[in-house]
Amino acid sequence: MGRYLLSRAWQSLLTLFAVVVLVFLGIRALPGDPARALAGEDSSPSALKAIRHEYGLDRPLPVQFWKYIEQLLHGNLGVSINTGSSVDSMLATALPVTFELTALAMLIASLIGIGTGVLAAVRRGKPVEWFANGFALIGLSVPHFWLGLLAILYLSVGAGLFPASGFVSIWSSPLDNLHHIILPAVILGTGLSAVLMRQTRSAMVDALSADYVRTAKAKGLPWRTVITRHALRNSLIVVVTVAGLQLGELISGAVVTEQIFSLPGFGKLTIDSVFRRDYPVIQAVVLVTATAYIVINFLVDLLYSVIDPRVRVAGKDS
Amino acid sequence: MTTTTSPPVTDTSHVLEVADLSVSFRTEGGTVSAVDKVDLRLDAGEIVGIVGESGCGKSVMAMALAGLLPASAHVTGSARLDGSELLGAKESTLRRIRGRDIAYIFQEPMTSLNPVLTVGRQIGEVLQAHEQLSRARARTRAIELMNLVGIPSAHERVDTYPHQMSGGLRQRVVIAMAVACGPKVLVADEPTTALDVTVQAGILNVLRDLRNGLGTSILFITHDLGVIADIADRVVVMYAGRVVESAPVQDLFDDPRHRYTAGLLQASPKPDRYAGSDRLQEIPGLVPVLSTHPDACTFADRCANASAQCRTSEPPLVGYAGEPQGDHLAACWHPNISGHEENAEER
Ligand SMILES: Nc1ncnc2c1ncn2[C@@H]1O[C@H](COP(=O)(O)OP(=O)(O)OP(=O)(O)O)[C@@H](O)[C@H]1O
Ligand SMILES: [Mg+2]
Repeated sequence: MGRYLLSRAWQSLLTLFAVVVLVFLGIRALPGDPARALAGEDSSPSALKAIRHEYGLDRPLPVQFWKYIEQLLHGNLGVSINTGSSVDSMLATALPVTFELTALAMLIASLIGIGTGVLAAVRRGKPVEWFANGFALIGLSVPHFWLGLLAILYLSVGAGLFPASGFVSIWSSPLDNLHHIILPAVILGTGLSAVLMRQTRSAMVDALSADYVRTAKAKGLPWRTVITRHALRNSLIVVVTVAGLQLGELISGAVVTEQIFSLPGFGKLTIDSVFRRDYPVIQAVVLVTATAYIVINFLVDLLYSVIDPRVRVAGKDS
Repeated sequence: MTTTTSPPVTDTSHVLEVADLSVSFRTEGGTVSAVDKVDLRLDAGEIVGIVGESGCGKSVMAMALAGLLPASAHVTGSARLDGSELLGAKESTLRRIRGRDIAYIFQEPMTSLNPVLTVGRQIGEVLQAHEQLSRARARTRAIELMNLVGIPSAHERVDTYPHQMSGGLRQRVVIAMAVACGPKVLVADEPTTALDVTVQAGILNVLRDLRNGLGTSILFITHDLGVIADIADRVVVMYAGRVVESAPVQDLFDDPRHRYTAGLLQASPKPDRYAGSDRLQEIPGLVPVLSTHPDACTFADRCANASAQCRTSEPPLVGYAGEPQGDHLAACWHPNISGHEENAEER
């Protein structure tokens, strides 16, 4: 188990390094001169030269790379061209919002998706299954930005149940925070809950006809134990994989959701920085996103080995 | 009247008493009958073997006892475990009986254990469910049970997962699980079919020891007559959902009365037959779909001795003239009695 995790951690680190290199080269391969973007279109050659020197852009690439790594290791992501404030502090305010949004969406989607999936599998051919299937179809086919707009229109503006936009930090008022973020989280989670519902249902249907479930039944275990400890636990192996893969979707979904609900999160930061060609911020945003993906993958693997003992042994053998 | 019928259902001296058990399945193509009016009894400490070709309804019959069949199954008849009726019992009642009074061992040790739980946990679960043991106490008992069924270094293996064990050890785990609560009846559905011969011998010994030590009655399902000869006290031969012959093991091998039984014996390898030029005999024809033969001997189409009577009326499962007290029963209009043919009229 330990060795397996170690080897996965090492893999993750290598991937992260590759990402850093790619981001570094990618930014420099973009069309347009960052110095010109910094200085403005009609700046003099001497001004450009000064800026190039200031940002180290006149140095050879390896030297630039080394400087870049050095800065990264100090946790310094640079300064925003647009606002002049440090990218670090911008991320520090934006990331928690997005983290909360996606985590809550994931939680809601898992509860709804796995719950209805299990029900649909256990009550096959009953109204519950039709209801769950209908729900999944809607969840998968209706774009969530449209759902979001509907929700704002009817629930926020119409019924006044939720604020239509804005955000309150969880530290200043947890209740207000929840009030602001619950609707976006539900909207963001609908697609995922539909996906999870379908996966859970089909995995559970398989598991329920598996020999070990028959064994569990023949042992005289309570029906609830047969469902949860035996069938569901095995089904979760598939569901966790899908949830992990879908987390990427969730993050990109968060970008749109944050726009709709005007949440000051990572998605909003991304879009703003792209529109304003704020290179240091874009660079940081890409790096953070990639890191998030790598960390998520690592966590999914970790969860895997908790659920499925066979994974642990496979890692030990290799 | 010189025939005897099978024991009356009201007799409660048997641990398990099955009478008139029929099972049919609702399928898209209509109703399919899988088990047809089966009578069966199992005495305390007895090992009864059930043999028959693949698809003749052995597993369905066994699963029906504890209500383990899917909802599409329609079960009628009676199955009494220590006098109390199992068929049609409430699910909550059955749940308390399963694993405690009647336990199962299934064919595939590779798939009948849950891959994500330790074997100790899976054995302990039964005890937690039926004897309200704590998890720690259940684990200790699991180790004892693993020792009982001959799993070496059980105290280490208790925390391992099924995939870390060989097929033979897994099947021993399944057996440990099945006998955890000291059931009265153990239903072993082809417990050795998936294992190689040496491992198989070990498993048979474990089962025999359990019977001798704990007095467990065993319903042993197999299509291997060699295994039957090895372990069973009595044999029930099934064909197309019906019992065609039932006899003490030695009687059946010495004196098979039903043509199907005789065919089965000829179709199974014996060492002495390899020495000669005899080849294994195949029984010609296919196992029929039961629903097409409601009023006939189901074996008639494959039987060399079939008469018009065989095709128009179903033979009862009866003993033979001259031995009304005997327990050698056959369902045949023209049974083969000690080598010479009898006419149905004489019975
Ligand atoms: N769920 C089901 N639905 C419909 N038919 C079924 C179902 N389960 C079993 N059957 C049918 O019942 C018959 C008896 O099956 P069963 O599994 O009892 O055979 P078996 O004697 O145990 O054979 P084997 O030696 O291969 O295990 C078969 O024809 C099978 O197709
Ligand atoms: Mg079977």
